[in-house]
Amino acid sequence: MFGYTFYWSLVWDAIPELLAGAWLTVQLAALSMLLGTVFGLPLAVARRQGEGRAYRLATAWVELARNTPTLFQIYMMYFGLGALGIQISSYWAVLIALTFNNTGYLAEIFRGGLAGIARQQLAAARSLGLNQRQGYLHVVFPQLLRIVFPGYVTQAVWAMLNTSLGMLVGLQELSGAAQSAQSVSFRSFEFFLITALIYYVIAKLIEFGARAVFWRWLRT
Amino acid sequence: MQFVLSDPSLHWRDLWFLLQGAGHTLWVTLVAGLLGTLGGILLGWMRFGSVWLRWFTAPYVDVVRSVPMIIQLILANSFLALSGLGVNAFWLSVLVLSSSMAVVTSEVVRGGLEAVPPTYRRAARSLGINWLQEFCHISAPLALRTSFAAWVGLLLGLAKDSALVSVVGYVEYMKSTQILITRTHEALLLLLGVGLFYFVICYPVSRYSARLERRMAL
Repeated sequence: MFGYTFYWSLVWDAIPELLAGAWLTVQLAALSMLLGTVFGLPLAVARRQGEGRAYRLATAWVELARNTPTLFQIYMMYFGLGALGIQISSYWAVLIALTFNNTGYLAEIFRGGLAGIARQQLAAARSLGLNQRQGYLHVVFPQLLRIVFPGYVTQAVWAMLNTSLGMLVGLQELSGAAQSAQSVSFRSFEFFLITALIYYVIAKLIEFGARAVFWRWLRT
Repeated sequence: MQFVLSDPSLHWRDLWFLLQGAGHTLWVTLVAGLLGTLGGILLGWMRFGSVWLRWFTAPYVDVVRSVPMIIQLILANSFLALSGLGVNAFWLSVLVLSSSMAVVTSEVVRGGLEAVPPTYRRAARSLGINWLQEFCHISAPLALRTSFAAWVGLLLGLAKDSALVSVVGYVEYMKSTQILITRTHEALLLLLGVGLFYFVICYPVSRYSARLERRMAL
C-alpha cells in the first residue's frame, strides 16, 4: 500500500523559497489586519448609529464581506477588475481583498466590544472638552482593545491562513511558493507537509505573541 | 477537413452547467455539514467529559485550526494518491470539510455544555435519573439553546469554504464558473453570479441566526 520513499532533500533545498513565501504570508496578514483595524473601527461606530448613509454603507460592507467566500473576493479583485480593464498584481489583489474581508469581520468584533462600553463614557469625554473623534480615540478605543482581544487574535490567525488563497491567483506566498517549488519534482506530499508545519508554527507564534502582549500590557 | 472550434460566447446551456455546479456546492456542503456536525457533537461531548480525551484530541483540533483548508485538501489528496486508495474527489472533499467542521463544532458544543450550570446537572442526578437521561433531558437541550446560533454560523462558514474544494478536482460552483471564464472571458458577469449565489444563500441564514441569537440569549 505505501511503497513510497520520502525525498526530504528536495524540500531542504527549497527552504529559502519557502521561507521567503512565509515572510510574504506574514507581511500580508499583518498589513491586512492593520488596514482592517483602521477601516473596521469607524465602520463599527457607524454600525452602532442604526440609521443614515454611513450606517447603510457600513452594513453593506460588513454583510458583503461576511456572506461571500474569501476566494470570491480575491477573484473579484484579480479577474473581475481585470475584466474592467484595471490590471492589478496578484499581491495587491490579495491585499485589497483580504483587507476588505478582515474589515467586515473586525467591524463586527468591534461592534460587539463597543456594546460593552457604557455610552456615558463618550458623553463624559465630551463634557471634559474632547470632541467626538478624540473621545473615541482616547477614551473608547483603548478600552475596546482589551475587550475584543481574544476575538482579534482569532481573526489574525484566520487572516494569516486566508493568505494561502493567494496561491490560486499565482501569488508566491507560502502556499504559492510551495506549489512552484514542488512542480519541479512533483513531490507534493513532502513539500506541503513542510508547508503545513510552517503555517502551524506561524499560527502558534501569533497566539503566543498575543498572550505575551496581553500579559505584559493588557492584564487588569 | 475543417476544425470547428467551440463557440466561445456564453450560451443558455452554460446555465445548466452552472446549475450543476451549484448543486454540487450544496450537496458537498450538506453531506460534510451533516457528518461534521455529528462528529463534532461526539468530539465536543468527549472533550467536555474527560480531561484525558481532551488532552488526547488536542493535537488534532490544534492542527486542523492552524493549517489552511487549501493545504489540508492538497495534503489529503496527495496522501490518498500515495496510499493507492481510490477515493474520488467528492468524498475527499467531504472528508476534509467535515473534519474541519467537526473540529469547530466540537468547540461550540463544548462551550455550550460548559455553559450548563453544574448545579443543574447535580440536581438532576440527585433526583435519581442516570447520566444518559440527564444528558438527553437537561444538558443537551440547554447546550443546544446557547450554541445553535453559533453552529448556524459554522455551517455558513462551511458553505463558503466549500468554494476551495476545486483544488482537488471537484467541480462545484466556483470551479464551474472558472471553467466558463476560461472559455468565454466573461469574468465580471460570471463572478458577480458567484457573489450573488453565495450571498443569497448566506445572508438570509445569517440574519435569521442573528435574530435567533438575540431571542435565545439566556
